[in-house]
Amino acid sequence: MHFVVCAKQIPDPETPPSAFRVDEAKKEVIPPQGIAPVLSQFDGIAAEAALRIKEQTSGTRITVISLGQERARDAIKQVLAMGADEGVLLDDATFQGGDSYTTARTLAAAIRKLGDVDAVFCGRQAADWDMGQVGLGIAELLGWPCAIIASSVQCAEGKLTVKRVLADGFETVRVPLPAVVTVSNELGEPRYPKLQQIMQAARKTVRSMTPAELALDPSTVGAAGARLKLERLFVPVAGGDCEFMPGDTPQAQAVALAKTLRAARIL
Amino acid sequence: MAQDILVVGELADGALSATTVELLGAAVRLAEGGRVSVTLLGSAAPAAAAPAFAAGADRAFVSGDGGYEPFRSDPWVAAVQAAITQAQPAVVLLAQSTVGRDLGPRLAFRLDTAAAMDCVQLAIEGGSFRATRPCFGGNALASYSFATSPAIATARAKSQDALDPPRAGATGETVALPGPAEARTEVTGREQAAATGLRLQDAPVVVSGGRGLGGPEGFRLIEQLAAAIGTHRAAVGSSRAACDMGWYPVSQQVGLTGKVVTPDLYIAVAISGASQHMAGCSGAKAIVAINRDPEANIFKAARYGIVGDYKLVLPPLIEAIRALD
Repeated sequence: MHFVVCAKQIPDPETPPSAFRVDEAKKEVIPPQGIAPVLSQFDGIAAEAALRIKEQTSGTRITVISLGQERARDAIKQVLAMGADEGVLLDDATFQGGDSYTTARTLAAAIRKLGDVDAVFCGRQAADWDMGQVGLGIAELLGWPCAIIASSVQCAEGKLTVKRVLADGFETVRVPLPAVVTVSNELGEPRYPKLQQIMQAARKTVRSMTPAELALDPSTVGAAGARLKLERLFVPVAGGDCEFMPGDTPQAQAVALAKTLRAARIL
Repeated sequence: MAQDILVVGELADGALSATTVELLGAAVRLAEGGRVSVTLLGSAAPAAAAPAFAAGADRAFVSGDGGYEPFRSDPWVAAVQAAITQAQPAVVLLAQSTVGRDLGPRLAFRLDTAAAMDCVQLAIEGGSFRATRPCFGGNALASYSFATSPAIATARAKSQDALDPPRAGATGETVALPGPAEARTEVTGREQAAATGLRLQDAPVVVSGGRGLGGPEGFRLIEQLAAAIGTHRAAVGSSRAACDMGWYPVSQQVGLTGKVVTPDLYIAVAISGASQHMAGCSGAKAIVAINRDPEANIFKAARYGIVGDYKLVLPPLIEAIRALD
């Protein structure tokens, strides 16, 4: 079996809100100083899902693909250290500045180029833009079925058995390979690589693929191919008008809160 | 300028889902006189057409075939695609739900267009559709326009307003959709979450506890506060930090990786307001924050606040709320 894990390097989502800044003119997030970008948490869990199957299925290899600039190599290395076998970095300048459509299109082309892929594992959404489209987009572009928001994934007899998280419970589905699955945090924590694995990962191959190799028209990828146009990116003005309850004691403040909520017809 | 809009309807317990009713209200406003259509799929669909007309639809694309249940994307994509081919809408609206999370992106890629997910504002600006959604864990909002048509957007529950009043007795055109296409996905099992009273997402009031509670016993006071408000009205939530420490079940986690709730009132107790938590509760109509740290981020989003130790504040608050009635 050959699995692909899609991995994205993102600004650390644990950045405190006070350190989060947006350049409204450029419509970009300003990288917070001293806080390194990280592998999107759900992508680490997607890697974990693929690795759990690899451990039980001999002859399985895992390729990790990242679309991003040179620094995305760190995200690839992390998944390699977890146990993936090789990496692909899609860092051509024409790939940058795209949307869910161009990202899925570029990743799907790379997966097609690999040729023998049985399943693709993605995070349920990238923990920066939170769209949750790329896994489904890859599936649509390749003509494969897709199961989203998985809490467990098993592989047997040419099928994936996927337990999915629903709003009010769980559902188990079976999809034939090749297929795409998007993985949620309910699956569990990604494994933590040992020092030896980190050293081994440094020697694993990470290759690049260019738009020409992928037979992608530059006008259909990156900023040129994007269908969603970001008109505005801004930090919402959060009230700033919190009304603190009067009173010298917790007792008095608590009574004031109950009365205020009643007067405002909230309680 | 008038434009036609299609809403992908969902049915819950045999009736139109609350979010579908809200989306139809939004569609009437966005259409500016254009035609509003809805798709209704499943055995309860024929009976849901009249309520959909009252909620704002002019036309319903309906199949009452039970083969559309439970939701599987292949037959749903085919049915909605058929409706889109006939209705030629400028905008397709879905709920950010189990259905919409799957169908929104699939339709976008199938129709060679684009989708914006989990939107909280939908508008027409300068004659074109604009969708605004939280991103970066709720730290920022992004507004998008669309380079391709139809524009597809999923909207967060309770982010849109239903028609008020509804169009009582309104009628509309019904168009039959074919039965379900074959699904590649086979549903082999389903577990309902343990029904412990009110669902977090449905509760008009959510009382949540966080890391500052200091331990699982703090949740007893949170539960008492919820009970004082009323077990039929208030549900208990938890921050990720508190769930990670095993103080409360993960099923009650509010936040980016838990449940997104939009209650009338959200009471955050000993929660600092990390952005990933705010992503799950910032849609609340009013937030009350109780925290020892006056600088806590949660106060920036709160309408009412008490700076203090929850162990001292909650017992008199529980008493005061009980005394309201």
